[in-house]
Amino acid sequence: MNPLAPIGAAVFALLAEVGRLAYFTRDALVQGLTPRIYAGQILRQLFRIGYSSLPVVGLTAFFTGGALALQIYLGSSRFNAESLVASIVALGITRELGPVLAGLMVAGRVGASIAAELGTMKVTEQIDALVTLSTNPFKYLVGPRLIAAVISLPLLVAVGDTIGIFGGYFVGTRSLDFNAYAYLKNTADFLKLDDVTSGLIKAAVFGFIIALMGCYHGFNSRGGAQGVGRATTNAVVSAAILILAANFLLTSLLFKVE
Amino acid sequence: MSVSPHILLQNVTKSFGPKPVLNGVDLAVPKGRSLVVIGGSGTGKSVLIKCILGLLRPDGGVIEVAGENAVGLKGEERDRFLARFGMLFQGAALFDSLPVWENVAFGLMQGRRMDRAKARDIAVAKLGQVGLAADVGRLYPAELSGGMQKRVALARAIAADPEIIFFDEPTTGLDPIMADVINNLIVDCVKRLGATAISITHDMASARKIADDIAMIHKGRIIWQGAAAAVDHSGNAYVEQFIHGRAEGPIQMDVLKA
Ligand SMILES: Nc1ncnc2c1ncn2[C@@H]1O[C@H](COP(=O)(O)OP(=O)(O)OP(=O)(O)O)[C@@H](O)[C@H]1O
Ligand SMILES: [Mg+2]
Repeated sequence: MNPLAPIGAAVFALLAEVGRLAYFTRDALVQGLTPRIYAGQILRQLFRIGYSSLPVVGLTAFFTGGALALQIYLGSSRFNAESLVASIVALGITRELGPVLAGLMVAGRVGASIAAELGTMKVTEQIDALVTLSTNPFKYLVGPRLIAAVISLPLLVAVGDTIGIFGGYFVGTRSLDFNAYAYLKNTADFLKLDDVTSGLIKAAVFGFIIALMGCYHGFNSRGGAQGVGRATTNAVVSAAILILAANFLLTSLLFKVE
Repeated sequence: MSVSPHILLQNVTKSFGPKPVLNGVDLAVPKGRSLVVIGGSGTGKSVLIKCILGLLRPDGGVIEVAGENAVGLKGEERDRFLARFGMLFQGAALFDSLPVWENVAFGLMQGRRMDRAKARDIAVAKLGQVGLAADVGRLYPAELSGGMQKRVALARAIAADPEIIFFDEPTTGLDPIMADVINNLIVDCVKRLGATAISITHDMASARKIADDIAMIHKGRIIWQGAAAAVDHSGNAYVEQFIHGRAEGPIQMDVLKA
């Protein structure tokens, strides 16, 4: 056998997957986001994707903010620049760690559950049943999840940013002997609106990725419980990788030095 | 046949990968008649009706409903096409996130935008027709027995009084008495609504009761079709073997002989 054949086959498989995903994305946008809009479904998903993710995102942000304060203190004290701790924690949380970590945590929580739910609906023919009841599954299932995720993630990240900065403040004032007033003043003086909005833009994109991957892998699962399990794993892994790649891309795009 | 058929299939083919399932199916069902399709397990009966509904895309051939092409419909046109159908899935395919009554009323509320209270009344009435009490409506599908799920699925299929109804094994998993109740219900639907019906069954007692005509599918082709009364003297060795349930005959089961 030609030794290059497996490589060729893998490339073809990858291209086929990319093609399928492109078609799915088109259908999700063109069919899923145009009327008829199922408001009830959107509310339900907002609750499930947004509200229920608050504890996970909040805890992640708090601990990350605290750890960040310690690490930055360690680094900056070598240059006698400890006064930077507050502003760099705020910057690191809002521009980078807030959205990325929230994105990854929500991908694990929500991306997986979307894929499992829609995958089960697929293999038990519930999605076919929807179609026979004159209901477009892209409008009824995919659209509401995309909309809810794109709305939820920035809100979650905004809350996470606040909690993350508070985590830094908590560590800074408790174990690093910062003055509480000075710490907060430092944060407020140096933090720019742009830092926050760039993080929220990222969050919206990550929300889209999470919901899209969950729906795509769910809709394409086949072969019973095992297939649904595989879809769930794939949804989380692909969402996580795409989030990190999109983060790099967005950081480069949104990056400008004043 | 003088009247043009309500459902017409000509030379329909469908394979999955290298595996052919339908090898040129020809079938004609006149308006208001009830056709029962019989045939061994895995011969493509479910695939056949999914092709008519457009849930699977046939590889070739003609499918017409009321004289209009039924293959490759999209968007609104597809929704309007499907609004004429009711479908009972072999595996029930109930929406497990919705209570029973909302399952039954789904097509009325989503497809026809009937208000909830009115749809609920109709759902309760349809549940009554399949022998389920009104309080079953509040339960979720997972809380029902297999036979009850089947009856809910049947109620859902007939809820919107469709002009064409497909029943995929309506009586499998029911006790003989309930099976006969369901048979009567199917006969009643066809007679009262004047609906055209295609039913799939292995149960010859049920077939004799609900069929005006019977067709037998074998190896992806219709090998015999005739009036229900003629099935007992079809002169076709395959049909003979099937209706008498004999292991010996022209149909060879692929089982390893000990
Ligand atoms: N989505 C699919 N992908 C691949 N193969 C399929 C698919 N659906 C059905 N098949 C194959 O097509 C064949 C016919 O399946 P089908 O479900 O129509 O059988 P059936 O006649 O309804 O059998 P039964 O009486 O057991 O329900 C089977 O061999 C099955 O493996
Ligand atoms: Mg079947």
